[in-house]
Amino acid sequence: MKSFTGKALRWEWREGVIELTLDHAPANEIGLAMLEDLERFTAAMVSLAPDTAACIVHSERKHGFSAGADLRELYHAAAKLSEKERVSGVRNFLERIHAVFNAIDAAPFTTIAAVHGVCFGGGFELALACDIIVADKMARFAFPELRLGLIPGFGGIPRLKRDMGNAFIRDLLLTGRSVNATRAQSVGLVAQLAAEGEALRIARATAAQVVKFDGVTRAAAKKFIKPIPHEDLRREIDIFCELFARPAVMAALKKFVESTDAMPYLP
Amino acid sequence: MRTLEQTTQEVLDLASKHFNVPVGSLAPEDDFFKKLGIDSLQTLEMLSRLENHFGVELPDYEVQGVSDFRTLASRIQSRL
Repeated sequence: MKSFTGKALRWEWREGVIELTLDHAPANEIGLAMLEDLERFTAAMVSLAPDTAACIVHSERKHGFSAGADLRELYHAAAKLSEKERVSGVRNFLERIHAVFNAIDAAPFTTIAAVHGVCFGGGFELALACDIIVADKMARFAFPELRLGLIPGFGGIPRLKRDMGNAFIRDLLLTGRSVNATRAQSVGLVAQLAAEGEALRIARATAAQVVKFDGVTRAAAKKFIKPIPHEDLRREIDIFCELFARPAVMAALKKFVESTDAMPYLP
Repeated sequence: MRTLEQTTQEVLDLASKHFNVPVGSLAPEDDFFKKLGIDSLQTLEMLSRLENHFGVELPDYEVQGVSDFRTLASRIQSRL
């Protein structure tokens, strides 16, 4: 399927490059709608891959790439269930997300996340599954899960461990703070910095460069340099589910949901 | 090296330019949430602009509880 428009995203294949556009109001929160569309995308990847050199993942939403997991949907779904059902429901969701993100991580073509604005939590984890992050100078990255009594659950910690130094990861995870794109580039998280509003243009130029070269070589190099940390990813799901079972997490989610602020847990 | 007064003025100038508020209407002791009419998402945007302008990092928790321009400037000053 060379083009598709769903509830939360759309994609278009043109001359060897897929553009995957996240477009789910208000800030590309990752809930069931986004997950289902991403599952459609990873299913379509199988037939698109032989003719694809690069895929650009970017956002149409003004506020940024993605604010992360849809916490309102999570709270309202979890509130109706027993504690046991809540944990198994969350585990099921995480396993589906991991399957999608692992597929993107392992895609035989080069994946480029073009990031602007907010790139938080699950959104940050989607960007981390990509090979190259191009971020404009107004982009910010954070794992605010700590504020809810959780750890990132969409594969963020294993992918950060794979990609960079532990000191920076500890700062991000243990303070829950956000960092700007300039800092993110200095530690090697962001590959290329763009001026405000220019991330997509630069991602397209990068994709045009990638298209020039042999696909078999590219895929072999990627597989060699970027192993999927399967064991750590499974362990992350276990730890997330253990933490999620605690009453404090539902209380924190409730407080988040009841707030009228755009980003209730910041600053 | 900038003085705190210079840093404060630059903060006011930046806020005025990016949130389309006349600079003459902003004072160091003003509450920037109320004066600029911004929410926490726009606060993050302001944080990025300040970091890029001053060449510093300003962790979110440094501005927790801060709502006036002068105190914000002093947080920046301590990282120059």
